[in-house]
Amino acid sequence: MAASTAPAPAAGESRLVRRGPRRADDGFRYLTLAAGLLVLAILALIAWSTTKEALPAFRDEGLGFLTSSRWAPNEGAFGTLAFIYGTFFVSLIALVFAVPASIGIALFITQLAPARVRTVTTFVMDLLAAVPSVVFGLWGVSVLAVAAPGFYESIGSPLAAIPGLGRAFGDPYNGKSFLSAGFIVALMITPIITSITRDVFDTTPGSQKEAALALGATRWEMIRGAVLPHSRAGMIGAVLLGLGRAMGETIAVALVIGSGSQISAELFSSGDALASRIANEFGEATGTWRSGLIGLGVVLFAMTILVNLAANSVVARATKKAG
Amino acid sequence: MSRSRPVRLLAAAISVGLALSACGGGDDDPSATDPTGAGAAPPLAAVTLNGSGATFPKAFYDAAIDGFKKEQSSVTVNYGGGGSGKGRTDLQGGLVDFAGSDGLVKEEDKAKFKGEFLYIPTVAAPITVSYNLAGVDDLTLDAETTAKIFQRDIKTWDDPAIKALNPGVTLPSTAIVVAHRSDGSGTTENFTKYLVKAAPSWKLKSGSTVEWPADTQAGNGNAGVAQVVKTQAGGIGYVDLADANTQQLKYAKLKNKSGKAVEPTLEATTKALEGVELKADLTYDPLDSANPDAYPIAAPTWMLAYKNQPDKAKGDALRAWLSYLVGDGQKLAEENDYAALPATFTSQAKTAISSIVVPG
Repeated sequence: MAASTAPAPAAGESRLVRRGPRRADDGFRYLTLAAGLLVLAILALIAWSTTKEALPAFRDEGLGFLTSSRWAPNEGAFGTLAFIYGTFFVSLIALVFAVPASIGIALFITQLAPARVRTVTTFVMDLLAAVPSVVFGLWGVSVLAVAAPGFYESIGSPLAAIPGLGRAFGDPYNGKSFLSAGFIVALMITPIITSITRDVFDTTPGSQKEAALALGATRWEMIRGAVLPHSRAGMIGAVLLGLGRAMGETIAVALVIGSGSQISAELFSSGDALASRIANEFGEATGTWRSGLIGLGVVLFAMTILVNLAANSVVARATKKAG
Repeated sequence: MSRSRPVRLLAAAISVGLALSACGGGDDDPSATDPTGAGAAPPLAAVTLNGSGATFPKAFYDAAIDGFKKEQSSVTVNYGGGGSGKGRTDLQGGLVDFAGSDGLVKEEDKAKFKGEFLYIPTVAAPITVSYNLAGVDDLTLDAETTAKIFQRDIKTWDDPAIKALNPGVTLPSTAIVVAHRSDGSGTTENFTKYLVKAAPSWKLKSGSTVEWPADTQAGNGNAGVAQVVKTQAGGIGYVDLADANTQQLKYAKLKNKSGKAVEPTLEATTKALEGVELKADLTYDPLDSANPDAYPIAAPTWMLAYKNQPDKAKGDALRAWLSYLVGDGQKLAEENDYAALPATFTSQAKTAISSIVVPG
């Protein structure tokens, strides 16, 4: 970079004036290009080295690595389907809790709250985003998981009596379960989704909102007619960012999900997710077991990329529609 | 106190001097370092020893690190925990100078190590079968019944099999809640190995994690399992003695190989070690020991270190540290809820440690 700022000694005065800035421009372009390529290179290296480490397990299991739900390291069985399912199930539960709450909070902050309340609420939400996930996990395991079984049973058993819901709300009522994990993850992604949707709502042009109000719209009609349509793409982006965080959440999930290896629609039964299984077992794992756990990481990596690609195309389509 | 401070300063000054002279290449007197650490230990060069591995003996190692620091203030020992598997992998990769492991290295993995390594047994500890059952303060189990409880063949506390072992005890019909480890663990490995060995009906095999039935509950670490047992009426789980005592859990007496019901005490654990054979490579299996006074679930643990040490200062420090663990460090075992090794074990361990080859 020194070369682009220091003039070449042999260069004449007029050349310097003409070439100096262009050299700096070129240098800057290559520098940023290199930075961009570095990201790709790092991603490729991660994918390559993890896949290489996971190869023994892939080779042992073949397609069964993805299609079998039996994970028994002590007997050499490495099927990840239950954890893939658990990752999506927990993320889904988290989104069900977090999305309405986040959008509500963001609408309150941007459209309804008086200035002072708005400052305080924003500050508290940002603070919540800064809490380390292990703190949520420890709260989950020492408070939520202990208090939950009785509560789960009291809401679960009447609901389980309704035909069709028995599978989701039936026995057992474990404190450490898909629902507990989903709830903890929801707490963690709410600040993220809130803060992005808040910024998106803030970009709604004042003229549009005023126009709606001038036409006699109520505040809710104004939000529905002006704010929400304008923000659709941004809201979807925020939700998908939250989903990304939910899928990768590790230690808090590891503490409260119960570490069962099963595919079950029961909200109150124990399960496991990809990242939490890695965290729980990596310390003791050697040989193929270790490869299998790294393989879980590869699967998670691939899932994250797919979700991001899907997010991009959804956002692109929504932007087009809104425009 | 007031006397020891200048002494320590002096020792530090000498060790700095030694380190400088070592840098100068003047390693003239190898016999000055007495690896057995007997008597007044000579000061060692200022080095840092790093280790990782089993968390089961970590409380003992942490206490021993403090104790060792008082004898050899120039040597810093770090023990990071992380699990037996991590310790072995780290030692293979040369990331650490020693590794703690609750289990043995598999034959096919031995080639992954950078040369010959030694097992140094350090302490042992009982794994309790802790339970939470109001009104029952004295419970006896045997291997077969324990196996059936943990694989969910027995689901209530008033099952005939439990009743038969506890005549005169009124057992409620409370449902049994089985608690196990959510993380991979040497404790799980030793517990399940015991069941494989002593209970013919055990189906889940052994390993640092096994396929527990779906209607069981998991906790993270010994403390996590203890918490599940503590908070669930009818709970039962396998927990190390230190955590069972911290959480004030009740634990069952287990019938050992000779049919005697024994409580999980440190003495009964040392007895378990006295009843088994210590092999030439210092490995041993104290589970289901033949000694009539032995507690049957005694878990062993080892330090792993390379026999050929490439660096003199580090090698000397490693020998001193390992010697301390099987020497004076043994006195710290009991207060931390670990069982000290019998004299036959420590003397053989010292011989093994003196066989570590240090250059110069």
